[in-house]
Amino acid sequence: MQSNPNTELAIEAHGLIKHFGGTKAVNGVDLLVPRGMVYGVLGPNGAGKTTTIRMLSTLLKPDGGHAWVMGHDLVRDVGAVRGCVSLTGQYASVDEDLTGRENLVLLARLLGYSRRASKERSAELLEAFDLADAARRQVRTYSGGMRRRLDIAASIVVTPDLIFLDEPTTGLDPRSRNQVWDIVRALVAGGTTVLLTTQYLDEADQLADRIAVIDHGKVIAEGTGGELKASVGSGALHLRLKNPALLLQAEGILTAVLNAPVVAEADPATLMARLADTSKATDALAALSQAGIELEQFSLGQPSLDEVFLALTGHPAESEEKIGEQQ
Amino acid sequence: MNVSPDRPSRFASNEALNRALSTRLRPGQASAWTASLAFAWRGVLKIKHIPEQLIDVTMTPILFTLMFTYLFGGALAGSPTEYLQFLLPGILVMTVLFSTVYSGVTINTDVTKGVSDRFRSLPVWSSAPLVGSVLADSVRYLMAALVGLSFGMLLGFRPEGGVIGVVAGLSLLLVFAFSLSWVFTTMGLWMKTPNAVMNLGFMAMFPLTFMSNVFVEPETMPGWLEWWVNVNPVSSLATAMRAFMHGTFNLGQVITVLLASAAFTGVFAPLTLYLYRNKV
Repeated sequence: MQSNPNTELAIEAHGLIKHFGGTKAVNGVDLLVPRGMVYGVLGPNGAGKTTTIRMLSTLLKPDGGHAWVMGHDLVRDVGAVRGCVSLTGQYASVDEDLTGRENLVLLARLLGYSRRASKERSAELLEAFDLADAARRQVRTYSGGMRRRLDIAASIVVTPDLIFLDEPTTGLDPRSRNQVWDIVRALVAGGTTVLLTTQYLDEADQLADRIAVIDHGKVIAEGTGGELKASVGSGALHLRLKNPALLLQAEGILTAVLNAPVVAEADPATLMARLADTSKATDALAALSQAGIELEQFSLGQPSLDEVFLALTGHPAESEEKIGEQQ
Repeated sequence: MNVSPDRPSRFASNEALNRALSTRLRPGQASAWTASLAFAWRGVLKIKHIPEQLIDVTMTPILFTLMFTYLFGGALAGSPTEYLQFLLPGILVMTVLFSTVYSGVTINTDVTKGVSDRFRSLPVWSSAPLVGSVLADSVRYLMAALVGLSFGMLLGFRPEGGVIGVVAGLSLLLVFAFSLSWVFTTMGLWMKTPNAVMNLGFMAMFPLTFMSNVFVEPETMPGWLEWWVNVNPVSSLATAMRAFMHGTFNLGQVITVLLASAAFTGVFAPLTLYLYRNKV
């Protein structure tokens, strides 16, 4: 076991384990998160993302493994870790009965601000997060996006060195999601390291400098967005046939031309093939047209999370019960 | 505000965002006392924002007071006003004890909604949220008791013990309520939903309050019930309260109440703190 943390890293975790009864929620997670970047943890529900974050933010004690957070030992130096990290949980962890302003003042007081400074800091944050108009309303009247912004504001009353954002955009409309993305970018620009979990490859791709893919409590792939996609192939060809009866024939042609596995989708007239080389897509379309198979629709898309999972694990990113949340 | 045509600013001002984020001020740690007071302030704000809880626990005793005083008062004590002198201290006990259930409901709500996650990840004394919430609850108990007392006096309750007797009686009541609320915070951390805590809590309060000497003295009850009423600490509390409010002092019962309070606190406060730190 290593005895000294690497000071270049915001998080250094080796073999983290957390079991709940017989469920291995986290089963040996290794993470090396460099300082000053957005690090994405990607995975389906129940993969162990939330449990990992709860351990790294000191809410859960690991059953095994070792980790340093901002250079502090996660288990032996809990106080120091708490002093420099901040957590925004998956469910907005703000008090619904209080107003937005009261929530922030409370946290500022708890973080050592004087009465007066608490009020000033709250006003500043409410202004910055576009919540000034709603400051005196109870949080229960807020929309999902407002609640999420308040939640993040609450996490940066004292600007942390490292912030955990657990699925910060799940359930948000596109406009609110963009606002959260802007906040994340501003945080990193200000020097904070961000670790965010997400179920969306697109989000990880947009925001994260590096991504770890988690499944069944283990990191199964790690790298930049580009590296991950390259490991999956550069994209997927989706086809929709005019005549579903020709599906088998089309599948045969595609397999031959693309030299890649072809998957039938839920819709009986559609097929999906992963491509190592996108230029082959035109060959495939030409071959189909020669065989007289007419297409209603086709698209060449970025690989989705499902495809990444299929490629990495051989099984789709199924939705399981959220193990971490039940605790 | 600078709104460029190609990319509309999504915020009132991105500068405000950057300014707020660039503050790297670390004011230093809040002391255990400051943190507990901050949490107590939160609890008091909740009384302000959800007055329903207070109304909930005060309406029932008001109805009971009216009903028992005017329906049974004459038959039980000769006249409604005379019965009220006996009944009201007990009704105050009932009011406040019922509101202790909400201590458990509040803590369960914090845990199930994820609010306690944030509190627990802060660099403050880890028991501060609990201590603060129990402090705020004491404010709520006092308010409930004062509403009940004022209503009683409106109907003709006249405490012969004067201000001193009333203050002494209420103090003893608050001590007992404080100790009992730890039972419900334990329950709150044990159970899955706030509603379950409320239902079970109220269910437990019925035998504690009704099967006591709050309404009538137990002499005419069947033996087993009389036994229970006499050992029930709520009876001791009601008796001690009556004595204080009517200008006497029942040392035996006061000691019984204090011992029961110490026992509840001694067992359930550490249990609550343990569960809060380890289970959730």
